[in-house]
Parts: sequence; C-alpha cells; structure tokens
Amino acid sequence: MTAPIVRNDRPMAAIMLHVIVIVVLVALQFVLPDYHRAVFSRVLVLAVFAMGYNLLFGYTGLLSLGHAMFFCAGLYGAGMTMSLLGWNAPAGFAAGLACGAVLALVIGLLALRTTGVAFMIVTLMFAQVLYLTILYFNEYTGGDQGFSLRRAARQLGPIDLTDPTTRYFAALILFAAALAVTHMIVRSPRGRVLVAIRENEDRVRMLGYDVFAAKLAAVVLSGVLCAAAGATYAILFGYVGATFATIQYSILPLLWVLLGGAATVLGPLFGTLFMYYVVDITSNYTTAYLLFVGVALILLVLYFPKGVLGTVRERWLQWLP
Amino acid sequence: MAAVTPLLETRGLSCSFGGLRAVDRVDFTLPAGEIRAIIGPNGAGKTTFVSLVSGRIAPSSGSVVFEGEDITGLPAHRRVRKGIAYTFQITSIFPKLAVFDNVALSVQRALLHEGRLTAANLRQGAMDALERTGLAERAREISGNLAYGHQRLLEVAMGLALKPRLLILDEPTQGLSDGEIENFVMLVRRIAEDATVLLIEHNMPLVMELAQRITVFDRGRILAEGTPAEIRDDRAVQDAYLGASADA
Repeated sequence: MTAPIVRNDRPMAAIMLHVIVIVVLVALQFVLPDYHRAVFSRVLVLAVFAMGYNLLFGYTGLLSLGHAMFFCAGLYGAGMTMSLLGWNAPAGFAAGLACGAVLALVIGLLALRTTGVAFMIVTLMFAQVLYLTILYFNEYTGGDQGFSLRRAARQLGPIDLTDPTTRYFAALILFAAALAVTHMIVRSPRGRVLVAIRENEDRVRMLGYDVFAAKLAAVVLSGVLCAAAGATYAILFGYVGATFATIQYSILPLLWVLLGGAATVLGPLFGTLFMYYVVDITSNYTTAYLLFVGVALILLVLYFPKGVLGTVRERWLQWLP
Repeated sequence: MAAVTPLLETRGLSCSFGGLRAVDRVDFTLPAGEIRAIIGPNGAGKTTFVSLVSGRIAPSSGSVVFEGEDITGLPAHRRVRKGIAYTFQITSIFPKLAVFDNVALSVQRALLHEGRLTAANLRQGAMDALERTGLAERAREISGNLAYGHQRLLEVAMGLALKPRLLILDEPTQGLSDGEIENFVMLVRRIAEDATVLLIEHNMPLVMELAQRITVFDRGRILAEGTPAEIRDDRAVQDAYLGASADA
C-alpha cells in the first residue's frame, strides 16, 4: 500500500511515469478542443487541491472534512490582496500561500488534539466558521456572490494569464510542481514516518518520534498545497466566491482521492478528472446527474475498493508511487 | 564510597484507574547491565508499571529517574530518545510494510537525530538488527504475512535497532514454540551484553534461567525481590503467585 524501501522498489520507473504523464499533458494542450482544454486547466488546479488532501488523508491517515478552508485561504488570500490592495499576481499567489500556511498551523495546533471522528468534526466546524466569516464580511468578500478579478490584475509581467494557452500551461506548471513536491515528501524519510503514523501511531511514538510534530507538519504541508491550488484558481479563472468554502468543497477532494486511489501520487489527478467529466457529461442530459456520481461511486467501491490506481498498484504495479 | 547511579529508579510511583490503584507507591531500582524479570499474577500491575516507566501512561504520583535524571515529565518519545525502548505485549508492528521497513523506521529515528541519515547507514543499521534476531533473510517480506513467532522477533528487532540503554520486553515469549523460546533466550543474553533488560514474563522456567534478579508484583506493589533461588524459596511469593497458579 505504500512505497516500500526495498520491496519491488523501482524509483526510476516511478519518476519516468511522472515525466510521461507531464509530457502527455503538454501534448494534450495542442490536441484538445478549446472546451476540453479549459476543463483540463481547471481539473489540473483542482487535482492539486486533491493532492494536498491526499497528503493528509492518504499518507498520514487523517480524515479532514474541512479542507475547503485551506483552498479558500489561498483563493481569498490571493483574490482579496489583488482586488482590494491592488497586488500583482505573484504577490497575490504568495499571500495565498502564506494565508494557507498560517491557517493550517493554527487549525493543526487545535484540531490535532483530537483524533478519528472528533478530528473530522473539528475540521468540519472550523471550515464552517470560515464560510460564515466570509459571508459576514460580505462588504469585502462579496459574500456568496463573490467577486471577479480584473483582467489587468491577472498578468505575470508581459504574460497574460487569462489567455487559454498560458492558463493551461500555468495550471500544468503548478500541477507538475505539486507532483514533484508530493513525490519528494512521500519518498523522504520523514514521509515514511507519516505513512507509519497512518499504520500504527502508537508504535511510531514508541520508536521515539514526535508524532504530534509530524502530524502538524503534514497538516501545514497539506494546507499549503491546497492554498496553492486556491490561489492559482483565483488568478487563472478570476473568480472568488463563497461556494468554494461550503461543505461540498471539503467532501469533493475526499471523493476525488478515494476514486483515484488514496496514497497514490497520481490518484488525485485521475479521480478529479474522472469525476469532473462524469458530472460534466451527465449534467448535459439530466438534472439528476448526482445519481450518476452515486452509481459511479458504488461501482468503484465494489470493484476498486482502493481507488483505481490503488487497485492497479495492489494487483499489477507494486512500484507505483 | 562511590555509589553507582542506578540505570532506573522509581520513587513512590503510583497510578490509579478510577478507584483502582494499579500501581501503588512502588520504589524500584535497576542497576545497569542486569537482566531483571518482573513476575506476578494477572492484574498485578506489571504492564502498568513498565508503561509508567516508558511514558505511555502518566503516573498519579511519584517519580521516574533514568540515569540520574528525573524523566517523570517527559513524553514517551523523548524517553525513547534517552534510551528506553519498549516492546509491546500485543504485537505492534507495521503489518503492511516490509520487514526491512519496520526496522528501518527505528534506525532512521536515531540517524536523523545524529544527522547522519544516509541510505547506506540506514540499510546497515536495519540489517544489523535483523541479523541479530535472525530475520535477515525475511527482510523483503511483508511483515503482516510473517508467522506469529517471527512477528514477535521483529518487535524485538525494532526495539534493538533503537540501540537502547534499557530494553523493556513485555511478555515477549507469549505464543512462541519451545524451539523459538530457546533461540529467544540466547537472543536476550546477547542483547544484555550492551543493554539492560527488563522483562515481564509468565514462563517461570525461562525466568529462572534468564533473570539475574526477579521482582515480584502483587496488587500493584512489590511483594519480593531477589535472585531466582531466593524467589523460589520465598514463602509469600509461593502463596501469592506460584501457589495460586498451581491451584488454577
């Protein structure tokens, strides 16, 4: 289920696979019709959100129901500094990351005093607090209407981030960076400690590790990745709204990760892409598209209980990261 | 007279669960280099006592002193870093990870601490502990698939890989076959060459053979302490423990 140190370990194969995925995504940019290229840009950013979630849920074994707040920390951190303070895109992005890091640190310190179901409830509660806070300060946040970022603010020097092609590549760069970071973390010695915490927390403590500190680090890293996705979303798509703070956006990354395969590096991308298209395609035909989502999930649980890539790893490719 | 500081000392150590005093004002001294066995009937407070020493549970009162330093307030993971390793009564390994990875997690912690974590050092430290426990050939197996006896050995290997000053073994031979127990005795003797061993054990022949001194617990207190021969001849011990088990 994890990246073992010796058993069937093929680090080069894993890196090659990631490179191939990136190359395929680059190639798709030139092949895909406009509509699907826009979908892919969005999915790549949301996949980073899922990867951040996966770091905490898949690898460390902590189930949070409040990750929408970290996405929103990035979304609003970037969006509000850019619209209210007139910051440029890089500064807005940095502000988003900083908001995510600070929020994750504070939430981690408080929520990690609990475990299991209590942890789920506490994270859910904090996310609701953030949602209501956003609504309360609607003078600045635009409430549930949200606000749009001016085209002029969404520039990177001479590069126009609103252009579909640059937008696709910007999303891809973020995705590639998140992939590299996740891959590095889960293969590092400290990453293996996170997996060990998921497997047997008490034992890790009795090996002399500071379990609380390791979990806190995982929450912060996870929060920063999600905030990076949120900040990028604000900059690339120019919309910041309270919908992203609702409970739905805390559940979605969980579903994406479960679908693609928890504790697999590429699972979040797969899950996000699949779910996005299920909703996209079925909602063309019926308003009851959630029914199809439900059926897809049931089939998944029946035939791919560890998610698509998790099952592939278990049955065929044990070196899969 | 140069008094040697004992490796481990507890003063008035107590622990209550609700109204029950599981460990009741225990004064315990363990000199370095010894193999000490703790015996006693079920519910005598043996596991609770070593849990207090290792920091897994907090005492109601009293203190724990390790190498002359009061560690009563230290959390468990800090005590492990000071050299107190605990192996669980109920096998506690990482069942989905390879045997090597289990032990590597132990080694890695010490290496991180010393700032010399490299793949080579990690490999060497882990293989060293696996060779000492005779598990080297199984390094690549998934530990959850190991036979029970081997899982127990892995548990000890994880403790060993920490290079502890004090290794606490909580009923390590429970469920092992006679042949495995024989190997285990040799293993503990070798461990004791450079560490102090505190052993909770029900297997009396093994205790008599292995321990240099025995501490008998009963109802949360120390009932008697002495060499195996002294304990065998102690009347109170016979009544409380040996006699009781003979009736059962």
